Amino acid sequence: MPNPIRRVQLFATCLVETIRPQAGLAVVTVLERLGYEVEYPTAQTCCGQPAFNGGAWGEAAPMARFTVDVLSKSDAPVVVPSGSCADMIVHHYPELLVDDPVYLPRAQALAARTYEFAQFLVDVVGLKDVGGSGQGAVTYHASCHLLRGLGVRSQPRALLSHVAGVEVRELDGAEECCGFGGLFAVKMSDISGAMLKTKLDHVIASGAQTVVGCDISCLMHIEGGARKRGLPVTVCHLAELLAAQPPAGVA
Amino acid sequence: MHTSNVTFHERVERALHDDQLHVALQRATGRFTTLRATALASLADPDAVRDRARLIRAHTLNQLDRYLTQFAEQVEAAGGTVHWAPDAAACNRIVLEIARRHGAQRVVKGKSMVSEETELNRDLLAAGLEVIESDLGERIIQLVGEHPSHIIVPAVHKTKEEIGRILHDKLGIPLTTVPEEMTAGVRESLRHDFLRADLGISGVNFGVAATGTVALVENEGNGRLTTTAPRVHIALMGIERLVPTLDDLGVMLQVLARSATGQKLTVYNNLITGPRRPGEPDGPDEFHVVLVDNGRSRVLGTEVAEILYCIRCGACLNACPVYQQMGGHAYGSVYAGPVGAVLTPALGGIDAWPELPHASSLCGACREVCPVRINIPRLLLAQRVETQVAGHSPWWLKVGLPIYSWLVVRPNLFRWAVRLGGFGTRLLGGRERAIRWLPPPLSGWTDHRTFPAFAPKPFSRIMQERRQRS
Repeated sequence: MPNPIRRVQLFATCLVETIRPQAGLAVVTVLERLGYEVEYPTAQTCCGQPAFNGGAWGEAAPMARFTVDVLSKSDAPVVVPSGSCADMIVHHYPELLVDDPVYLPRAQALAARTYEFAQFLVDVVGLKDVGGSGQGAVTYHASCHLLRGLGVRSQPRALLSHVAGVEVRELDGAEECCGFGGLFAVKMSDISGAMLKTKLDHVIASGAQTVVGCDISCLMHIEGGARKRGLPVTVCHLAELLAAQPPAGVA
Repeated sequence: MHTSNVTFHERVERALHDDQLHVALQRATGRFTTLRATALASLADPDAVRDRARLIRAHTLNQLDRYLTQFAEQVEAAGGTVHWAPDAAACNRIVLEIARRHGAQRVVKGKSMVSEETELNRDLLAAGLEVIESDLGERIIQLVGEHPSHIIVPAVHKTKEEIGRILHDKLGIPLTTVPEEMTAGVRESLRHDFLRADLGISGVNFGVAATGTVALVENEGNGRLTTTAPRVHIALMGIERLVPTLDDLGVMLQVLARSATGQKLTVYNNLITGPRRPGEPDGPDEFHVVLVDNGRSRVLGTEVAEILYCIRCGACLNACPVYQQMGGHAYGSVYAGPVGAVLTPALGGIDAWPELPHASSLCGACREVCPVRINIPRLLLAQRVETQVAGHSPWWLKVGLPIYSWLVVRPNLFRWAVRLGGFGTRLLGGRERAIRWLPPPLSGWTDHRTFPAFAPKPFSRIMQERRQRS
């Protein structure tokens, strides 16, 4: 029988699927480097959070059941490179399926073995230093559902502090929302845009060229705002920095 | 609850373009957030006190009928009079009746959010009474005919420069930007109002069921004068504002001032039990408590009942990034910010306020600072479900969400949809690989950000190829 902790399932999320596959690949690289066998359930799609947060629970429930099925074929822990989607599975699936006697226990079992990527590395694997490499000045944006939903505050910062070649700058209001909020960004576009402007002003003031985060959703939002304003700011998922190896001779 | 004829989005638009407002909000909310954190940390075990405060609120609301009866009996036993107001109109009618009975002409008011709910001032003025707000912030906005934009800092939307100008224009106070000079000027003017008033109206922070005591916390002394100088004192109180005992009150006061203003305790803590007793030099001849329901009992037992735990500290407003951007008036409701976004539809009906539960990114900052740990994001979600069921969603979500849900549970079709999306976004994104313009409703996104073209190869394909190679 294989040691279950040496196997993990990757739930990549729909935004890694479409917008930033390199972040998913980086997660696989880091986990394999640490000796994990990474399973990728091929039927996976989207966790359904946009519908859930929009109040369309009737639409969200079938998506939750589907994802519970997809991720319950194996009993390996689930690693998600998104605080928001992990929070959806960990906290909101059991809420959403509370009246479903068949799926509630399965959702609870899934919730108990689901982790956000940085949380998994630090809290489960027990490593604060997994190496990694990058360049230039970077700053860390703490996404809301990772921070306040899952309570993951220090883990990504610890991992980032061991990445070679980057200078980590403090971000004013690092724990304030960037204004994404899923459908909120479209429905309450101007409020969201004002929040984004505040966030980007802080990024510029920090002097960082790259915003590092653990949620593609917020990063896509921040990057899109920077491009709209013509600001010299790029974004990067933490996993991408951790996966990169220092160029030979530097490390 | 005041509604305005301007739509929610118009109010938001106006607020977001108000530079003065932005300056005022940035100054105040930032300061309060820092002060709160420091003050809370001064407790030996802040988390334990917050847990206890929450339990007290939960316990009281679970037995509200019992505690209301006890409170009313104790108020009467102490020589006070209790009135029950099922709605706003009843509340104002009761107050006017008392005023008429005493031939009152001049009213001084302490801060009362309930009186904002019932629009008491409008009715008092219509009945020919003179009404003076005695709380500094309330006085400032009364002078310019506005409503409070914050639960505890009613004039938070004004800069000190604007306030100096208002006080100069309306009260003849020498033009200044020094707060101490302004308060001295207002104090001078209010002193006359207190002495001339024949009716004092105040709010209530907590009612103590065991003793019939009304607790009123404040920093200006105006509350003490409002409740003691005039012959008659009327205290307006929402029916949920009870605690069982004075010990429980002690727990609530530990978190209230800390969460509200970052003080360990407010400067004045008035505990009022009945009217002036024989031999006492100060206090009113009559003491009335009006217990106002105005929708609260309908909220009990619902999914959002937890919002009644609120002790009106305003910490969630200061912490909320949405409130920080647009201030209180954009909500259009008496109660603004995260608590207002839940409370307003809960009291006034979701059909009248369908936008408010959606005016949040669900970032959770409100929940983090709430002294009684109300899970505000969860309550907003419950109300979002209500708006959805009631058909308040925009057409594109009514059409789009079922399609999205249908696709997500069909992985093969989902992959095709991703391919199609990839084709479309890469075409629109051009060489820059970023879409700068989309038609409504998606223009909501592209107004403030570009949208990225999908990656040339979806992650699932990369993983598939990887597996085939190995």
